[in-house]
Amino acid sequence: MGVTMTDNPSPHVTVDVRDLTRRFGDLVAVDHASFTIAEGEIFGLIGPNGAGKSTLIKMLTTLLPPTSGSAIVAGYDIVQRPGEVRRHIGYVPQLLSADGSLSGYENLLLSARLYGIPGRERSQRIARALARMGLSEAAHHLVGHYSGGMIRRLEIAQSLLHRPKILFLDEPTVGLDPAARETVWDHVLDLRESFRTTMIVTSHHMDEIEQFCDRIALVDRGRTAAIGTPAALKAEAGPGATLDDVFIRLVGGKSESEAEERYGETRRARRAASEHG
Amino acid sequence: MARPDAPAARPANTAEEAVGRTIGDYATQVFGVAAAEVQKLHHDPLELFTRAVQPVLWLLLFGEVMAQVRGVSPQNLRYLDFLSAGILAQSVLFVAIFNGISAIWERDLGVLQRYLVSPAPRSALVIGKAISGCVRALSQALIVYLVALVLGVGVALNPAKIVGVIVAIALGSALFSTFSLIIACLVKTRERFMGIGQVLTMPIFFASNAIYPLSLMPPWLRAVSHLNPLTYEVDALRDLMLVGGASDYGLPLDFGVLIGTGAALTAIAAKMYARMGY
Repeated sequence: MGVTMTDNPSPHVTVDVRDLTRRFGDLVAVDHASFTIAEGEIFGLIGPNGAGKSTLIKMLTTLLPPTSGSAIVAGYDIVQRPGEVRRHIGYVPQLLSADGSLSGYENLLLSARLYGIPGRERSQRIARALARMGLSEAAHHLVGHYSGGMIRRLEIAQSLLHRPKILFLDEPTVGLDPAARETVWDHVLDLRESFRTTMIVTSHHMDEIEQFCDRIALVDRGRTAAIGTPAALKAEAGPGATLDDVFIRLVGGKSESEAEERYGETRRARRAASEHG
Repeated sequence: MARPDAPAARPANTAEEAVGRTIGDYATQVFGVAAAEVQKLHHDPLELFTRAVQPVLWLLLFGEVMAQVRGVSPQNLRYLDFLSAGILAQSVLFVAIFNGISAIWERDLGVLQRYLVSPAPRSALVIGKAISGCVRALSQALIVYLVALVLGVGVALNPAKIVGVIVAIALGSALFSTFSLIIACLVKTRERFMGIGQVLTMPIFFASNAIYPLSLMPPWLRAVSHLNPLTYEVDALRDLMLVGGASDYGLPLDFGVLIGTGAALTAIAAKMYARMGY
């Protein structure tokens, strides 16, 4: 690992994005995005639907190759060494990633095997992950019978078994009631506290982003329109401004413009939601 | 979990150790994917029984009537015997085609992304899915065997031959479930897959020796059937499953075609499966 670490400009930078661009035909979904994220940071990505947040995350998690530009994630180039990047990141996608027709334990066992966790360590790590996420009692129930908050916690557990350096959380609290949202965030903060795990989070809840993120990137039409701490962004927007004001000032009323393209994704999310109650 | 003193990657001391671990990891990844599918069947085994209805109907209804027609059956086999090997292959084919629909289903849900962000090589994921298809197919085979025995088909119960049948079914199932996965990667929606699945499975079934011998076919159809891997699966099954059955092309060619086509399809599917996450 010592060799590849030289890719990093600083040992504390764990994500280094440079001019990352992705086109789909004529549409530029991500347009020369550049930013860095420090180790242990909770980094928020906000922006209207269709702004390019999901495409950005898909590239950083190696699901989608970029059209141009580069990114170093956890010490490895996403284009040159996607396998190594995957080994060192965890990803909780917006859609369901836990399988409803398996039990919680079986879902974790699948993850443990996919990530090459040695057989003798598997059961201990699974038991610890279940306990940490408060799911020990429900371990052998089918996930199809879990509540939304329990599913999210299970998904976080299964993306943590291999001890990733960076955890991507795409809308981790979407569709959850306030109590479940708070529990999810408690667990996320606890992880950062215990393991200095770097988090990259997208959310539509401005209050969450403001409360929990160290820094925020506001993404609009594929570009990073502003990057900074919540306090700095608010100060820039004027005295007494809220994060909503920042959002509206930078993005304006354009959030409707790409609604049609998101139909497929919306349908998928709703289908997923109805499937798992 | 992410304790700095307990790194996720274990250091390798020697090159051989690293290679050994890579192979071990690969096998574990394949097994993990297949085991998850088997656990799902264990939670909800009803599917296995409902899927068994179709081959039973073919043998009971179609088979009993067609057995009255003269000249359909070659090789001195009774028609029902001849048909039973074909229906075994057919039930394997129809179950295998399910693999593609389930891949699209997983993509719609989001479960697919979870596989794709893991370090498992794409070929390990594809092979794991294919093996889970084999488990489904073998459970079908068991039911077809039982029905065939009840109907008085001359089923060979020699253990070596049964092992041969299992291998032929596993290869055929892996081949067609991987083929189905490739189609799923191309069409990407369930609606389109349903349409195209019908359009593909029926010709694969009818342009083969599954329910009638190639000698009854017009030359053009016979030529097509010779390019169809199902023909070779059925040919191997006739030899291995039936008392007095014989292969037309020889078992080495039959198994060669199944292995070669299956390997080529796996390589193509591994490339395409990664694009399902886009």
